[in-house]
Amino acid sequence: MSIVELERVEKHYQSVHALQGLDLVIQPGEILGLFGHNGAGKTTTIKLILGLIEATKGTVRVFGEDPTLSEARNLRRKLGFLQENVSFYDQLTGLEVLNYFAKLKGVSKKQSRELLHQVGLDHAIKRRVKTYSKGMRQRLGLAQALLGDPKLLLLDEPTVGLDPIATQDFYQRLNQLKERGCTIILCSHVLPGVEKYIDRGLIMGHGHILAEGNLDDLRAKANLPLTLRISGDVELPENLQGRIKQRNGEIHMEVGLEEKMQVMKTVMSLPGLENIDLHLPTLEDLYTYFTGSMQLEAEK
Amino acid sequence: MNAILTVAGKEFRDGLRNRWIVAITVIFAVLAIGLAYFGAAAAGRVGFTSLSTTIVSLASLAVFIIPLIALMLAYDGVVGEDENGTLLLLMTYPLSRWQILLGKMAGHGAIMAFSTLLGFGSAAIIMGLFADSTSWGDLISAFSLFIVSAILLGWVFIAFAYIISTLVTEKSKAAGMALIVWFLFVLVFDLGLLGLLVGTQGDVNAELFPYLLLLNPTDIFRLVNISYFASEKITGLMAIAQHVQFSTITLLLGMLVWLSSSIGLALLFFNRRSL
Repeated sequence: MSIVELERVEKHYQSVHALQGLDLVIQPGEILGLFGHNGAGKTTTIKLILGLIEATKGTVRVFGEDPTLSEARNLRRKLGFLQENVSFYDQLTGLEVLNYFAKLKGVSKKQSRELLHQVGLDHAIKRRVKTYSKGMRQRLGLAQALLGDPKLLLLDEPTVGLDPIATQDFYQRLNQLKERGCTIILCSHVLPGVEKYIDRGLIMGHGHILAEGNLDDLRAKANLPLTLRISGDVELPENLQGRIKQRNGEIHMEVGLEEKMQVMKTVMSLPGLENIDLHLPTLEDLYTYFTGSMQLEAEK
Repeated sequence: MNAILTVAGKEFRDGLRNRWIVAITVIFAVLAIGLAYFGAAAAGRVGFTSLSTTIVSLASLAVFIIPLIALMLAYDGVVGEDENGTLLLLMTYPLSRWQILLGKMAGHGAIMAFSTLLGFGSAAIIMGLFADSTSWGDLISAFSLFIVSAILLGWVFIAFAYIISTLVTEKSKAAGMALIVWFLFVLVFDLGLLGLLVGTQGDVNAELFPYLLLLNPTDIFRLVNISYFASEKITGLMAIAQHVQFSTITLLLGMLVWLSSSIGLALLFFNRRSL
């Protein structure tokens, strides 16, 4: 059974069409990356899945039920959510805040201590939240989202304010959760580093899905060239001369995905070759490509 | 029920932490003791004055300050959580909207009730210990009624604050609207009634007029405390009510009607609030 099913979902706010005909199915244990510029419809999608708003058209099913119905309220125990820019109750301590949310979710206080330990806030549990740095608040928010071992985790910009090490830790935790069967939706426009951890990416723009699939699918769809950087005193054969984009000490050339191996072989056999760097299009490149092509279409 | 208590408990703890409870208690205690001791200063002497004078003048001062405190305490109850993002988060928890709102109102209501009881209660005890002229029996019954009506007045204005808070999307707008509500109920309404009285040269139905006072919870509060000391010479707008004697129970019920209907409105608006 799929955890989340959106079928031809539309959401209109007065004159704004936030979502237009969105189809989305998420399988258990999947980590889905949801990417898009501001106003692309990411937050609307998340709110629909959480049951905070109703779809104008189409159907939304979470764990097989309509999340906006009051009967579905108990399903929320299986949900974890962290939104962007949440600032918790400043006057309370970190432990008090987490205990409050634990109580509302029907989770033991023991677990809130464990979670604070896991996110590395041991030293600050007795301090008031107003003394917390941005990164610490974010970690408190994560602990909050992880209360009660959620089966579906929705995270909006979860790594904002985290230092690189904490970010790595965080992604590793996501993998652990995934192994335990948790489904995760990751919403972001900060992309570097996230590729390795997502199973599938969804690039949104103006309420539509622009592209969807794992990184290889997306690369194949975009068909962006990869970049080769060659250093050394080499003379490229005739047929590759035209591909050179830049020449200042080292050679930069662009090669299509399908001819990658052939070109690599040719270059490797050249005399005088010192080093070769291969740069595949990253998620960021793909994102720029897909949102850029959308803008071009819009301008037409 | 549990969820409501959890939310209320958190709200009350917030009130302790940010010193609201201490501040309100001290203000009320100082106000009451000060009025009791210096109430007769205009007559050229200090010392504890009679119980009736104290309560009547306390009521006419409290009627300004209690609504103000209640509105300041609770005006950001909903809109503040919305701005922090915690409202959205709470909505994803297994509790319904009315539980969130009732819990928050109960928490703020408890802060108000606790501080009122402690502040005015301690003043009553000090008066009982040091004023020779009043008996404990009179003191306790008079102050009990005063405290109960003061708590009800505070609750009504907390509910008003929540209505405001559920209607606006910015904290600053809520603060402005709270000020307007305070101004309307505490000052403008009475002036309007007096204006009506003077403008018609007293030619309004004397039977009907007292009922107009029931349209303002602050006037009900004053009536409760003034009519308790019926022997006192009543001046100003309150004198109108002498034509129709409302019983204390009727007046308190009137405040309860105000309270429940405002809570109902706040719940209604909160359910309609979009996220």
